[in-house]
Amino acid sequence: MKIAISSTGNDLLSQVDPRFGRCQKFLIFDSETLGFEAVPNEAVNAAGGAGIKAAQLAVDNGAKVVITGSIGPNAFNVLSGAGVQVFAGATRNIQSAIDDYKAGKLQKVNQATNGPGARG
Amino acid sequence: MIISIASGKGGTGKTTIATNMAFSLAQKDNCPACEQAGVQLLDCDVEEPNGYIFIKPKVELRETVFLDVPQIDEEKCTHCGECAKVCAYNAIFVADNKVILFPQLCHSCGGCSYFCPQNAISEVGHEIGEIAAGSAYGIEFAYGKLNIGEIVAPPLIKKLKERINEDKVVIIDAPPGTSCPVIEAVKGSDFCLLVTEPTPFGLNDLKLAVEMLKVLKVPFAVLINRWNEEYFEIDSYCNKENIPILIRIPLERKIAEVYSEGSLFSKELPEWQETFCKLFDSIVELSK
Repeated sequence: MKIAISSTGNDLLSQVDPRFGRCQKFLIFDSETLGFEAVPNEAVNAAGGAGIKAAQLAVDNGAKVVITGSIGPNAFNVLSGAGVQVFAGATRNIQSAIDDYKAGKLQKVNQATNGPGARG
Repeated sequence: MIISIASGKGGTGKTTIATNMAFSLAQKDNCPACEQAGVQLLDCDVEEPNGYIFIKPKVELRETVFLDVPQIDEEKCTHCGECAKVCAYNAIFVADNKVILFPQLCHSCGGCSYFCPQNAISEVGHEIGEIAAGSAYGIEFAYGKLNIGEIVAPPLIKKLKERINEDKVVIIDAPPGTSCPVIEAVKGSDFCLLVTEPTPFGLNDLKLAVEMLKVLKVPFAVLINRWNEEYFEIDSYCNKENIPILIRIPLERKIAEVYSEGSLFSKELPEWQETFCKLFDSIVELSK
């Protein structure tokens, strides 16, 4: 299963990016092969609808789980609509976020954790 | 003659100037400069129109404004995702088995339906707001009002500007800032009056507005509102950039009181009408 984690860098020791829609990158982690790939977030400078575009990117990369710091309503709604589980509140680095997720320490969210982002 | 009243910073007094200028010009039909077919005032600050509070028009017409947004034919859609890729405003999300639309983000470019390989996208009207028109004090007045929750203002402003009657002196009350709605409101004007206030914030945002007008190639000048004879940085900037400062409205309690009562200070303090007419003359002179 693929997990998309909002990231500030390219490897497992990078910090989790607390933002979802405007995160620097997504680290797409494969929980079966333990391989990962960093994908730049095309939505980082979007005038509007960044959350939607970032969610599209995560889904297009096959993610079934998203781990991030916080997430807005549009992104949360489309991810839920696509059957992707969202876990928020991740801090520290990507590896610890994955460990926390596996240990059931991350909070699965049932609604957006913050309001919609700034519009263009 | 189309004059837009704009400012980088909000709350500097665009509406105060636009409404008082419209009122003053409409009262002076014996003034040679105003020998035009009357005055038209368009409140293009559609996210927060408030010119009507001061003009108090009798509204004679209301028109609902729609924007064409995509509609997906689920029978034909293969969820290929082409529409989401095309959409520059991220208004479309495509999952394996469904499409989620955000009509509020749509700018109605039509790209999604044009590029859909299955021809599964048609366009449907989505209500974004309304236009109201009427008159008072001899001013032909209209304003646009964006519905709550809608965020795309330019199409409504465009629709409102279709009402422009170029035989008249047209005064456009623009939204604050320098983003798309402001550009939509200001473009096509013969002149733009930039309203600012004597504070560092006023100066900073004035500079942004000046940069915008240079790109739009609309001639402009500055009006300093709430002038307190204390902060001269705007004078220095305008001197350096060769931007005329046409008038200064003083920070006066009486003007503020009249404003707070929803009235026009040029109506309650008629000596100001002459000043606004002279301001108009200077604008005509500068836009030649």
